[in-house]
Amino acid sequence: MLITLALVSGLGLGSMYGLLALGFYVTYSVSNTVNFAQGSSMMLGAVLCYSFAVTLGWNPAVSVVLALVLCAGWGMIVERIAVRPFARRGSNGWLMATVALGIIVENVTLFTFGKEPRNYPSVLADTPLDIAGIPVLPLQLVIPAAGLVVAGLLHLLARRTGFGKALLAITQNPGAARLMGIDVGRAIAVSYAVSTVFAGIAGILIAPLFNVSSDMGTLFGIKAFAVAIVGGITSAWGVVLAGFCYGLLEALITALLGSTYTQILTFAAVILALALMPNGLLGTAGTRKV
Amino acid sequence: MRYLTKVERHCRGIVTAVALAVLFAASAMAQAQEPIKIGLVAALSGGSAKSGEGITRGLTIAIDEINAAGGLLGGRKLELVSRDDESNPSKGQLAARELIDQQKVAVVFGGIDSPVALAIVQIASQAKVPFFSVWAAATPITRNGMNPNFAFRVSAVDLLVDKALTNYAMKTYQAKKLGLILVNNPWGESNEKGLATATKERGIALAGVEKFEEGDVDMVAQLTRLKSDGADALILVGNAAPGAQVMKSLQRTGWSVPVVSHWGISGGRFTELAGPMAQKVTFVQTYSFFGPQNAVGQKVLAELKAKYPDIKGPGDVVPPVGVANAYDAMHLVALAIAKAGSTDGDKMRQALEALDRYEGLIKTYDHPFSPENHDALNENDYVMVHYVGARIEPVTN
Repeated sequence: MLITLALVSGLGLGSMYGLLALGFYVTYSVSNTVNFAQGSSMMLGAVLCYSFAVTLGWNPAVSVVLALVLCAGWGMIVERIAVRPFARRGSNGWLMATVALGIIVENVTLFTFGKEPRNYPSVLADTPLDIAGIPVLPLQLVIPAAGLVVAGLLHLLARRTGFGKALLAITQNPGAARLMGIDVGRAIAVSYAVSTVFAGIAGILIAPLFNVSSDMGTLFGIKAFAVAIVGGITSAWGVVLAGFCYGLLEALITALLGSTYTQILTFAAVILALALMPNGLLGTAGTRKV
Repeated sequence: MRYLTKVERHCRGIVTAVALAVLFAASAMAQAQEPIKIGLVAALSGGSAKSGEGITRGLTIAIDEINAAGGLLGGRKLELVSRDDESNPSKGQLAARELIDQQKVAVVFGGIDSPVALAIVQIASQAKVPFFSVWAAATPITRNGMNPNFAFRVSAVDLLVDKALTNYAMKTYQAKKLGLILVNNPWGESNEKGLATATKERGIALAGVEKFEEGDVDMVAQLTRLKSDGADALILVGNAAPGAQVMKSLQRTGWSVPVVSHWGISGGRFTELAGPMAQKVTFVQTYSFFGPQNAVGQKVLAELKAKYPDIKGPGDVVPPVGVANAYDAMHLVALAIAKAGSTDGDKMRQALEALDRYEGLIKTYDHPFSPENHDALNENDYVMVHYVGARIEPVTN
């Protein structure tokens, strides 16, 4: 019973890590840069949705959509001011710049929203369902489902739509893509918007379980980056798989050994995984043709 | 250059003496008008912000009363200087140092977090400035083996609270096997010891001891283990945010078990975070503004209503502990300053240990402190309460 409960919450957490890590995958595959403000973007999604739905009392569906639209806008801002100036010049300054933007947005939220954790009420997180004797909140089923749906949509977008194919082209050879008339700059901006929307979705999904606070995203972002690397940042399904594995591992350790050991053991497992598979679970070593 | 005549030398001497006398008098007068600074280091932000707010209100009401009556030490007004420790011992230590060294406060009041209080006790003792805990309940804060001991407390003591919680669980729920679910920090450890002692004294068993981290959100594993160990009542020790997650996790496991808690949960938005499960917890306070109040209680309630528009009745004083403890503590400190005739730390300490009688809010204090005992309250002063809606009301049984 303990293990089953751990598996249920592990799947939920894991799909959230996977969703955040997909954000890393999307930006990395298109531009070789990542948005280290991903954790803060997740917090932003939750805080914005809370502010619209609870503080202002707007319709929940409208609040969710509006929060995600603002997250997309935030992603484009991140790309414009923290990534483009550095990537254009071939510098790695975007590493620090995105970290800095993440810290800034966290502190702005601290001053405006406050540091007290607030409760996000949701009908999906009230009464547990009884599934074969195991109490499961409806939200804990919705979360992994939503994660898989988003990953599936991304897959369809990449393979079936023209825009998706353009992104694949940029991934393979940005120079050639540009010569073929694909607007690489705009594609990168869109990829950042997509990554922050993923983060926002994750934040809104877990807000009823985790309480909304200005520092809810930091540790999530770090773990999601570890998940992205372990999954092989060049493979979308690898990242999702790694997310599930990490979430399950975390939940099992908490259930069996207590939460004091969770961080120590999960990050040790990350180091071990990278030592054994340096390119991640499903990633491939990049070859540079000279 | 001619030599000064005898008369001229005398004149010079007199003028210098008068000038110096005037200067001394002026500086003495300036000293007399200098306010006496009262320091507060507490959680003013974060998950326990409500506790800092309560303590600030209690201190402010008391300070306003003392200033209206003419201040202390010849008309010096009291002034409250607060710093936010963000529930972080390092930040609390920095704040305490700043208040003691730069602001030159006469006393440092503490907040809800026992780890922070334990850290500040070290600094206050080195600097020989009295430290007053008005909430943090860890036993080693005042029972720290130091001599001279500069740490005082008007608040619950874990050792005694644990006895009260155990007795309540046994009396009300006929509990025979207590399950402990405690926060993993020095406060949790203080209570682990206290509960082990209390259960041994009463001859009942502990089903198990489970810990959680302050930032944890899922305690289903810990609760499941306690259930399989046969716990028939739970003792919860933790602050509002993790305490609320314990209750939410309890709801998810579907286990119906009585929960008796320490007062950490009253330091934050427990009812908002825990939802309807918040009503199921019985916890301890040192005072309740409900029921018939003594003269002091009526006066304080009236002053609270006058000063803070959000307080319209006893149910709005949430949490009552911070307000009541801080109010009485501030008055005791004022009596000590008056008795010592100065704000010198060591003299204040001795004066506190020799205080006689003070008719306070929580009770009438008769010799509240002595060199061996720095805790003004004992288990007879505790009252068991629960949440009714967002208000804290005494349990009626």
